Amino acid sequence: MTAAKSSKTVRNRGCAETAAAVRDGSLTAVECANAALEEIVERDGELGAFLEVFSDDVLEDARQIDLESHENRAALPLAGVPIALKDNICVAGHRTTAGSKILEPWTAPYSATVVDRLRAAGAIVVGKTNLDEFAMGSSTENSALGRTVNPHDLERVPGGSSGGSAAAVAANLVPGALGSDTGGSIRQPAAFCGLVGFKPTYGRVSRYGLIAFASSLDQIGPLTRNVDDAALLLEVISGFDRRDPTTVDGRHESWFPTNPANPQSLTLGVPANWFADGLAPAVQGALEELLGRLEAIGITLRPVDLPHERYSIATYYVVATAEASSNLARYDGVRYGLRVRHNDDPGDTEDPTLDHSDIDAMFAATRTAGFGPEVKRRILLGTYVLSAGFNDAHYGRAQRVRTLIRRDFAAAFELVDAIIGPTTPSTAFKLGEKRDDPLSMYLSDVFTVTANLAGLPAISVPCGSDEAGLPIGAQILAPPFAERTVLEVAKLIEESSDSGA
Amino acid sequence: MSVTRRDIDAIAKLARLDPTREEAQALAAQLDRILGYVAQLEELDVTDVPPTKHVIDLTNVDRDDALEPSLDRDLVLGQAPEAEDGDGRFVVPRVINSS
Repeated sequence: MTAAKSSKTVRNRGCAETAAAVRDGSLTAVECANAALEEIVERDGELGAFLEVFSDDVLEDARQIDLESHENRAALPLAGVPIALKDNICVAGHRTTAGSKILEPWTAPYSATVVDRLRAAGAIVVGKTNLDEFAMGSSTENSALGRTVNPHDLERVPGGSSGGSAAAVAANLVPGALGSDTGGSIRQPAAFCGLVGFKPTYGRVSRYGLIAFASSLDQIGPLTRNVDDAALLLEVISGFDRRDPTTVDGRHESWFPTNPANPQSLTLGVPANWFADGLAPAVQGALEELLGRLEAIGITLRPVDLPHERYSIATYYVVATAEASSNLARYDGVRYGLRVRHNDDPGDTEDPTLDHSDIDAMFAATRTAGFGPEVKRRILLGTYVLSAGFNDAHYGRAQRVRTLIRRDFAAAFELVDAIIGPTTPSTAFKLGEKRDDPLSMYLSDVFTVTANLAGLPAISVPCGSDEAGLPIGAQILAPPFAERTVLEVAKLIEESSDSGA
Repeated sequence: MSVTRRDIDAIAKLARLDPTREEAQALAAQLDRILGYVAQLEELDVTDVPPTKHVIDLTNVDRDDALEPSLDRDLVLGQAPEAEDGDGRFVVPRVINSS
């Protein structure tokens, strides 16, 4: 290996740049794979981004790419690109834990559609990253299997729930990763770690092989260090899949490379309530500076009204927990995962009539031992809002408010091409800061959940940092299937930030 | 509205969870606070608003009624906490209580 190809050089390359180098032969896939593995071994001890590294498979997969004919390799959009996957995305033959003890013993018997598509494009899947248990959380502190920290400040959370994927990309361990986003779980960690994180339109990417959390909200998407890489990864993983009937047919598009939007013909909506109280001064300042810069290059800004947006967190936590309580009913200790025969907790012995030998006792003992506190809290909340007598009052009402939120966006998009605002109310918070206060943790998703409730494509793109050097993200939302608009505006912001800094 | 420990015990039974007395007490307080926050949805008149079932227009997806390869039976049973491989069965504790 020559000095120019040392891992320090390789690791700074993005996805598109790496693939181009592998295609033209200036870099081999094995060199890329080795660089990623070396970085992970050297630095992941303190970051905790990975739950599993596919050390053996990685080099073998990379060798296969290098053995391809030049012609075949030239057709691979992600030739030799190391990619990390959030550990709720199945890879055949590997554990997929979802950060939970209940799935710890399980090995996935099949791969997610996104994994097949990445591999067909020449990507090297290097391993699985940490997450909040079942993607429920905003800090990755709810993982039962380890702690992940923010590469920008090791005392702070990387965000969540795709915190491992964000930390891995932000620390240059890999050039790109996939996460999943149910209420902000790609965009919020991207903002906290200084990355581009893209949640596509509902229906754009197959969820086959994604461990379900809330099925009307979940989407898979990329976390990368630049907008072009996000476009490239999304292009590879999106498209109809007969195994996920919510994917939309006939909509496969090409977004890479992304051109910046033409500022003269662009109108961006600014929701006044996103800049109201509760926003950290540094975030407010960075966003206002960004808006000023955009206006200076000719973009038209206009205020938009989203009157029901303030109900979004309440709506989200009814809809998401209701769906989660249903989706997580499958973890019962019968077909896979953990089984606990008896609840040995001494606190449970007060009921002498309980027969620990029957199947109901096994279900309860398994689920009680296997799920962590946040997952139990959400299952119980979801069970409560769906239970007899409350279903209409809570779940039914939330689904109706969801319609009002969607109508707000539809009306706004009559007037503007896209909406811009902050991704998060603050920069990355300290480890432990919000752990004991579930509601305060939920409120950190205040700007991100609406895109999931309305099914919209939404991206977080870096737009500066606070006085401590912690990254700040700007969020762009567009109408359903307007991924191109989102990417073009993000690219414009990326370019204006580069020249502005 | 106030969520009690008894409410928690009742929904925990439905959800096949078995919290301790202390956990149930803490969960009651947490759910009470979260549901108190959720109660703001009651401010809205949603009488004539249809519920969102899907965010995008979906049509029913049919597939041909044809045999396709599925997961290998032994592979699947091999993942079970308890199974009788030869007979191809999952093994579970007693389902019908004789007493």
